[in-house]
Amino acid sequence: MSATLPTTPTRPGTEAFAAKGWLAAHKWLVLRRSSQVGILLLFLVGPWFGWWVVKGNLNFSYTLNVLPLADPYVILQSLLARQVPEKLALIGAAIVVLFYLLVGGRAYCSWVCPVNLLTDLAYWLRVRMGLKGSAHISRPTRYWMLGMTLLLAAATGTIAWEMVNPVSMLHRGLFFGIGFAWAVLLAVFLFDLFVMRHGWCGHLCPVGAFYSLIGRFSVARITLPARAACNDCMDCFAVCPEPQVIRPALKAIGGTPPMILEANCTNCGRCIDVCSKDVFAFGTRFNTTVAPMNGVPQAAPK
Amino acid sequence: MENVDKPSAAARRQFIADTARMACGVGLLGLGIGLYARHAQALPPAAIRPPGALPEKDFSAACIRCGMCVRDCPYNILHLAKPEEPMSTGTPYFVARQLPCEMCEDIPCVKACPTGALDHSLKDINKSKMGLAVLVDHETCLNFLGLRCDICYRVCPVIDKAITLDPQTNARTGKHTLFIPVVHSEHCTGCGKCEKACPTEVAAIKVFPLYMAKGQLSSHYRLGWVEKEKAGGSLVAPDVEHQYNLPEGMKYESGKGLSGSPGAVPPAPTPDAVALPKAFQGGKL
Repeated sequence: MSATLPTTPTRPGTEAFAAKGWLAAHKWLVLRRSSQVGILLLFLVGPWFGWWVVKGNLNFSYTLNVLPLADPYVILQSLLARQVPEKLALIGAAIVVLFYLLVGGRAYCSWVCPVNLLTDLAYWLRVRMGLKGSAHISRPTRYWMLGMTLLLAAATGTIAWEMVNPVSMLHRGLFFGIGFAWAVLLAVFLFDLFVMRHGWCGHLCPVGAFYSLIGRFSVARITLPARAACNDCMDCFAVCPEPQVIRPALKAIGGTPPMILEANCTNCGRCIDVCSKDVFAFGTRFNTTVAPMNGVPQAAPK
Repeated sequence: MENVDKPSAAARRQFIADTARMACGVGLLGLGIGLYARHAQALPPAAIRPPGALPEKDFSAACIRCGMCVRDCPYNILHLAKPEEPMSTGTPYFVARQLPCEMCEDIPCVKACPTGALDHSLKDINKSKMGLAVLVDHETCLNFLGLRCDICYRVCPVIDKAITLDPQTNARTGKHTLFIPVVHSEHCTGCGKCEKACPTEVAAIKVFPLYMAKGQLSSHYRLGWVEKEKAGGSLVAPDVEHQYNLPEGMKYESGKGLSGSPGAVPPAPTPDAVALPKAFQGGKL
């Protein structure tokens, strides 16, 4: 590592900070936090000041009385519980599916979901406090959770998952009164902090699992136009909430093109920030303009 | 052969163990949530759903807890259930004793519902069935005590249809009339104005969810007087003349009351007066 590094050389992003400056090393993080907080503010100015830009919550919202947005996951549960919603909710769900097909399924998790603020804080504290151990549950557990919630909707004939879903509990609670939902959210926070690294968002949350299914086909991708420049500093792995998605693209495992095609990449862009060699960039899955690696031009994905 | 099979057998064993672990762990969680969801379907008696709400079973499948009805209610009467409340988390309700439904003619809450959990076919608010008012306490209702409170009757938006005042003799004084409020389920919308307005410490008239407040006759029951009207006359013709079973020597006439003295020789009953089959007239077959 370079000798010009400031005090704590082990913190990821230090190299990028030295090479690119603070702003370039935090660009996507700042944008992402602005998006998360901005969306919350849009919902909050209604109940706070009576400026009704958007009504409702993440399950269904109506913006300026023209744009309906509905959570396709909750609509799917409703359908499985044998209730067909009115047209407005179906249109809203279709718009949301199309949107995430463009920007990346789990962009919902990193750019919109309010629980991400909480679990990111837990992770930040976990690193700061030097907490090392972590319980082990495999990452695909979330798909079991997803299956369970869908099965439950069909079996009970109710949207049972919404009784306990921390994501909607937090978002709804902020605008309609939180009640004891704070205890559920504290539990999620403490679980991530003390029990399991990236526990909720990275292993268990069925909402994220649902959006990752959309993410399998979505257009916006983290591309690696300069993957040959990688100096193996491991900073991207350290900041990535789903580090398993990076390796195939970065190391061209099994001929993977220089593009993160894994469904669980949340398109948070933090890897772009912390890379001092600018290996990563936002692109689309149709990107063909990537720098050759080892002199061999890389083909675009299927 | 042995060398090839061993690792794959171990892998298969591992796969089955992992799958079983997932299925059991997640299944256990699912069982808990499922039972919780079933429990929550028993709506607490004070929680009244907004107008047009589907029956509870369908409602918990259709309502996506977005709160649009809460937002579009101009009187802010609706709440979304918090997780600690004994009903489906996030679903809308109101408490009549706090703020009753004002029965807006354009029903904005129903219009706002994106899923139809509040049924969009409800166009006339007077046809809504949010619940049913029940005069639960005959001991504290002021009208039952003989006062002319009448507040529930007068605040009722469907006055003289949903609640009527039925005059009854005041047996306590013997010379006054009780005006008993009677709720008619055919017209009551369950808005809760009566419960809100009841002046007693705890309301004597309360609105309950329909399933709790309404009885139902068995399907084979027929009301004689309705059948008689339908048929245009008595179904048992000719009507049997009424007989009084009095001690010997006593006589009763409507309006005049009892007369005669017990023990006096009764007039011999005419055979025609008792229209019983011969078999029942004693010994003379």
